[in-house]
Amino acid sequence: MEKVTLLVMLFDVLLGLGLLWLAWQLLESRDLFKAIVLFVAFGLLMALAWVRLDAPDVALAEAAIGAGLTGALLMAALAKLPSRDTSESLADEKGYWLLRLTLLLVAVGLGSVVLSLPESAPGLGAEIASNLASSGVNNPVTAVLLNFRGYDTLLELMVLLLALLGVWSLGRSAPTREKPAGQVLTTLVQFLTPLLILVAAYLLWAGADAPGGAFQAGAVLAAAMVLLLLAGWPLQHLLSGWALRLVLVAGPATFVALAGLTLLDVGLLAYPPQHAGKLIFILEVAATFSIAVTLAALFLGYRPRASNKESG
Amino acid sequence: MSASDYLSATLLIAGGFFFLAGTVGLLRFPDLYTRLHALTKADNVGLGLMIAGLAIQAESWAVVGKLLLIWGLVLLAGASVAHLIASSALKQGVRPWKK
Repeated sequence: MEKVTLLVMLFDVLLGLGLLWLAWQLLESRDLFKAIVLFVAFGLLMALAWVRLDAPDVALAEAAIGAGLTGALLMAALAKLPSRDTSESLADEKGYWLLRLTLLLVAVGLGSVVLSLPESAPGLGAEIASNLASSGVNNPVTAVLLNFRGYDTLLELMVLLLALLGVWSLGRSAPTREKPAGQVLTTLVQFLTPLLILVAAYLLWAGADAPGGAFQAGAVLAAAMVLLLLAGWPLQHLLSGWALRLVLVAGPATFVALAGLTLLDVGLLAYPPQHAGKLIFILEVAATFSIAVTLAALFLGYRPRASNKESG
Repeated sequence: MSASDYLSATLLIAGGFFFLAGTVGLLRFPDLYTRLHALTKADNVGLGLMIAGLAIQAESWAVVGKLLLIWGLVLLAGASVAHLIASSALKQGVRPWKK
């Protein structure tokens, strides 16, 4: 047993050092493409670190959103940037020392906060466990996200929507038509899309009792849509105008509507225990579709217009 | 340790060897195409051996099925992505290495 724990500790130390090294490399990289690749690698190692910390819910979210979709968003943003001279780095610019100083102060502040934490904090775990029965679900993380601290999730959905509004208000028009994807990519996407939809549905359903839920399912569904967009499927014409807007607001709107309905009965963003399971499931389904379409629309990077029945 | 333990240990170590060889190839090979070759070899065969080693230890056939599914997905993604990278590099004019 001794040897095994030593090996596990060695693995954890290597993982921690690897994360720090990757973070340093990606911040120092002058090549933006390389920095994005390092960021995705960082996200995957981070997901592994969450697994080691016994937080599979966070690991799933980190792998799907932190590494996967954010990587795709960064790549899409990079493709839209004018190509710039990479020999000119931020470090050569005036005032960079001020940024470094600020970052150093933040790091020192955060470090002192972490060091001043009490060694063993009881946390809210016991309280959540004792109230889990009235939450309507069996997974404590889902119970916190959608019942005990529902307004956090509501505000997160709003933030996603605001981000999309920001992208749309930049007013970029649709790019020129790209050439169709090759046979290999098309076949891969045809294989993966049904599988990704199945995985998303599973994650959504499993969220009530196990790691999973709306954000993870939405991210997987968004990944399927990003793949379809990359392979040249005209998703932006299939879902545009009012239909698109309705799907985008479905999650937040259901949240607000439910909050309004239960406000007088049990209070703000609380649900009657006998219906909580069903209500949370309805919320999660609506949120999943909203999250998926919002993320895919962010990747698209412009507001799709209703098709004018052109020749194609 | 039973015979099946020895068998899975052998398979896992063999898989680890393929990953090591693939990593060395990725670092040492002269151009993008040969590096891709090294990388996909490690992913396909190395992971296959590891999956086989783990499948022997699996508690149920459902777990074996999940392990095989993981391998199949990595095979599919690895082969497709290697092809996409190589073909887009060829289109951008990256010349294959010649001795």
